[in-house]
Amino acid sequence: MGFFTDTSVCIGCKACEVACKEWNDVPAKELDLLGTSYDNTGELGANSWRHVAFIEQSRPSTVDLGMPGVRDEQDGVRWLMSSDVCKHCTHAACLDVCPTGSLFRTEFGTVVVQEDICNGCGYCVPACPYGVIERRESDGRAFKCTLCYDRLGDGLEPACAKACPTDSIQFGELDELRERADRRLAALHDKGESDARLYGRDPDDGVGGDGAFFLLLDEPEVYGLPPEPFVTTRDLPSMWKHAAVAALGVAAGVVLAFAGKRR
Amino acid sequence: MTDSYYGRPILKEPAWKVPDVPAYLFLGGLAGASAAMAAMADATGRASLRRSGRLVAAGAATASVGALVHDLGRPARFLNMLRVFKPTSPLSVGSWILAPFSGLATAAAGSEVTGWLPGVGRLAGIGAGVLGPAMCTYTSVLLADTAVPAWHDSYPELPFVFGGSAMTSAAGVAMLAAAPQDRAPARKIGWIGTAMEVAAGLRMERGHGIVSEPYARSGLLKAGRGLTLLGAGLSVFARRSRIAAAVAGSAYLAGGVCTRFGVFNAGVESSRDPKYVVVPQKLNRQTSKTR
Ligand code: SF4
Ligand code: SF4
Repeated sequence: MGFFTDTSVCIGCKACEVACKEWNDVPAKELDLLGTSYDNTGELGANSWRHVAFIEQSRPSTVDLGMPGVRDEQDGVRWLMSSDVCKHCTHAACLDVCPTGSLFRTEFGTVVVQEDICNGCGYCVPACPYGVIERRESDGRAFKCTLCYDRLGDGLEPACAKACPTDSIQFGELDELRERADRRLAALHDKGESDARLYGRDPDDGVGGDGAFFLLLDEPEVYGLPPEPFVTTRDLPSMWKHAAVAALGVAAGVVLAFAGKRR
Repeated sequence: MTDSYYGRPILKEPAWKVPDVPAYLFLGGLAGASAAMAAMADATGRASLRRSGRLVAAGAATASVGALVHDLGRPARFLNMLRVFKPTSPLSVGSWILAPFSGLATAAAGSEVTGWLPGVGRLAGIGAGVLGPAMCTYTSVLLADTAVPAWHDSYPELPFVFGGSAMTSAAGVAMLAAAPQDRAPARKIGWIGTAMEVAAGLRMERGHGIVSEPYARSGLLKAGRGLTLLGAGLSVFARRSRIAAAVAGSAYLAGGVCTRFGVFNAGVESSRDPKYVVVPQKLNRQTSKTR
């Protein structure tokens, strides 16, 4: 199960952020105005499991940059809004590197932290290629979106998808969501929105496809997303090989230093 | 200019605390190389080198465990590290190297100090000596298996930087502590370590395009290399001069500390600027498309 977030219909209402906090008892943070458009959440983290990004792009109306879509023709500003979330990667780096087994893959194919096991080692934090999971300072343990594991168990959809008034956040079987996303993308391309693209849809990408994927209207980095993320554990065999050769080098060096006659 | 979301980082900065984690890297390497040196000193009958090596291995290993536990968000749950063995997690593998190593190194040191059970002490010392080289390099995999660009991309060089730096640190303590007639092997270990560390370090600072920038910019890494080279140079005179040995040893140790902090900080820096994520990843995409 997973999410398809169609950012082309997002109106930036943040109902998802609020619903998530309510349902999951995610602590609020102090009021902090970031000065980045209507976004005062800033990023995903231990205390924000959904994050609505606001991007204001100035497109002078005299020059057609080939960027049609959500645009105010008068002042040549277009708005991009997108509700970001943990990607529930098919090959999840956070899960791979967790030494305690606290992070695990659920029966729904999602990635969840078990709070009673996490010892706050913090390894998952720099491992995530999307910068999602984070250690909560007040608590010491790592937190992130659970894709409402408890609700799924009761046959309910996640709180954010339920709250989304425009169906920008859609929940369902991944195969079905992918088909739906492909149809939506084709429709947008037909309308001339040539920059529309799917992000994280492809099961052959660096993380084996995202359990939460997106329809974007610009390059991923514009939304604060990495353009070609990959799970670093794919290089782990080579890393251990290099480390083993280096360790043998250390051993050989030490042995060599004792060789020869004593002086 | 790289496009980004208000210049915000894409990755989360490593939550690991300073000085805990860089100290853990340094101490683990020092302990590992010292244990290997002590085992060889034991085999070749160099008592003072064996003694100092065993004591340093045990002390540094214990301090390294302490630093690791102190860094946990929930220190009381540190034993959860040994709850599972997970080959995909370098920290799990590392914990399973660190735990037996600390035990063996402590046993060897205990026997050294008390004079009890010398046979057991010797066996423990051999065990710690065999695990020692792994202690020197596993931490490089720990850093490299993250999305932090500077750490991940330098995974071919990092273990050699860490391994070489561990050797110079161990040589440094030995020059300070071992008897003059036992200093010869320590000097050689220092030279071999210096060669390894400097060669790999230079590659790391140049070989990875813009991701090498934080390394190339790092004053700590420059200082570390300078001090290490100073130690290597001075140890030429360390056979006769006690002062030269002491200064060389201190320079090696200070160099080792600078190198670990330098690598750690460069990685953190590369996680803060979205360009170190975006530029290389787009480059990858282009090259894989034209292939
Ligand atoms: S996006 Fe990050 S936190 Fe979420 S599953 Fe993937 S690696 Fe883990
Ligand atoms: S902080 Fe917790 S969830 Fe993250 S890797 Fe460590 S034990 Fe696992």
